[in-house]
Amino acid sequence: MCGIVGLYLKNPEIRDRLGAYFSPMLEQMSDRGPDSAGVAIYRDEVSQSAKITLYDFDLNFDWLAVAADATCDLGVDISVNRISNHAILTGEIKSATLRRWVEEKRPNITVMSSGNNLEIYKEVGLPSDVLTRFGIPQISGSHAIGHTRMATESAVTTEGAHPFNTGDDLCLVHNGSLSNHHRLRGWLRDHAGFKFQTENDSEVAAAYLTWRLGQGATIAEALEAALLDLDGFYTFAIGTSDGFSVLRDPIACKPAVMAETDDWVAMASEFRALAQLPGVDEARVWEPEPATVYSWGQA
Amino acid sequence: MEIIDLNSVAVRELNQLLQMRDGVVSEKKFKVLHPGGRHALSVGLTHPIDVTIEGHTGYYCGGMNQEARITVNGNVGTGVAENMMSGCVRVKGDASQSAGATAHGGLLVIEGDASARCAISLKGGDVVVFGSVGHMAAFMAQAGRLVVLGDVGDDLGDSLYEADIYVRGTVASLGADCEEKEMTSDCCSELESLLVEAEVAADVAKFRRFGSARNLYHFNIDNVGEY
Repeated sequence: MCGIVGLYLKNPEIRDRLGAYFSPMLEQMSDRGPDSAGVAIYRDEVSQSAKITLYDFDLNFDWLAVAADATCDLGVDISVNRISNHAILTGEIKSATLRRWVEEKRPNITVMSSGNNLEIYKEVGLPSDVLTRFGIPQISGSHAIGHTRMATESAVTTEGAHPFNTGDDLCLVHNGSLSNHHRLRGWLRDHAGFKFQTENDSEVAAAYLTWRLGQGATIAEALEAALLDLDGFYTFAIGTSDGFSVLRDPIACKPAVMAETDDWVAMASEFRALAQLPGVDEARVWEPEPATVYSWGQA
Repeated sequence: MEIIDLNSVAVRELNQLLQMRDGVVSEKKFKVLHPGGRHALSVGLTHPIDVTIEGHTGYYCGGMNQEARITVNGNVGTGVAENMMSGCVRVKGDASQSAGATAHGGLLVIEGDASARCAISLKGGDVVVFGSVGHMAAFMAQAGRLVVLGDVGDDLGDSLYEADIYVRGTVASLGADCEEKEMTSDCCSELESLLVEAEVAADVAKFRRFGSARNLYHFNIDNVGEY
């Protein structure tokens, strides 16, 4: 099953309410995915510098030591902000460089995201507990994407929860199952040098889009190509640094509904996730067409 | 009229009341407020009552309906009026997929659009859509009528057993074993009365009729090598 939600605030004046608007949306999707939940937040852009989200299961993990080692090795100040069992590292350096440093020097740490403004928080447990743990209801920002998981393809673990980030500021949540993910994972690993953290089919979809973007495609072009290269059932919500996109497979077995006002645009697996949004009574509400790319912002 | 506000009443209580599980009540008109996209609203009704839902609903609204007249002033999610036996469900907005699935009787009217698999496995009910419908409409339908005033997506009437399909707009493509049929005078008068019942004005002369080519009914000896 799984539930997915996405919210993009068109009106900059309400960006301090991103978490307040977004959290009830995710919580409403608990029935569709009580195993684990995850949220991608886009906020506080650190242009020209790196922002990466890290995870370790130990709540008392010594993140200051990681930042100090990174500062020493990389020759730039790396600051750290602990949020529950996650940590945000920032510094005046390319995000890919910082990510590579963590992967090489601290291989036991999981990199949840890297980029300039993306942060990803995910954990096993009920969506409401996950939201509280990371203080999502109080968070501000421009847009957010979330997922409630009912696992089908791989184990219930923190790493296996969505969203998946495989390239700078790109993330993906997925309701459905892909049938050709094994072969595609092998191809992306052997021909494009991708490293995979999980056995999850959705991580392959995220890597595929990252690969297409790396080849010079726009997100819309990458999604058009995905319609041909990905086999299976899917409704995707994809976040980029300044927008978000939605795509359903041509058969459209997996649900999706969208709503838009002057202030925001939102998508969810079911309308009840949108029913609490301020102004929804006046919103344009519609079901996205199969095999059609929808994009907002600069996505 | 009795008003039920779902901000304070649980869905189970609503359905128990409308199903008259605690005894038949004299009230015949009910209004439901704040549906908030909740699932299974006003399902399994068996009495000739009027229910109006003010807002958007979730899955299976009006499912298994008998006798009741249900109006939704909003959009509906997957499977509105699924397995309806009789009565009428009217949706003022759009419907998500599988609208009217397996309906045995009654009338489902969708004043907006319906998405994929509208009237899938229809078993004798009538479905009238004022707008357009998505792909695989009337998939494996067995009896009943689907009327679409707008356009129809790909694979209309795929693997159709029987059932009549009337379309005023364009048809993207026909599914396996679905073909266009002659619009006889009997068909015209039947369609005319159905449009009156659905409370919509439309010229029956502008409709085309589709049905089963009946080629999938029997094993074809020429295909034996395929097995």
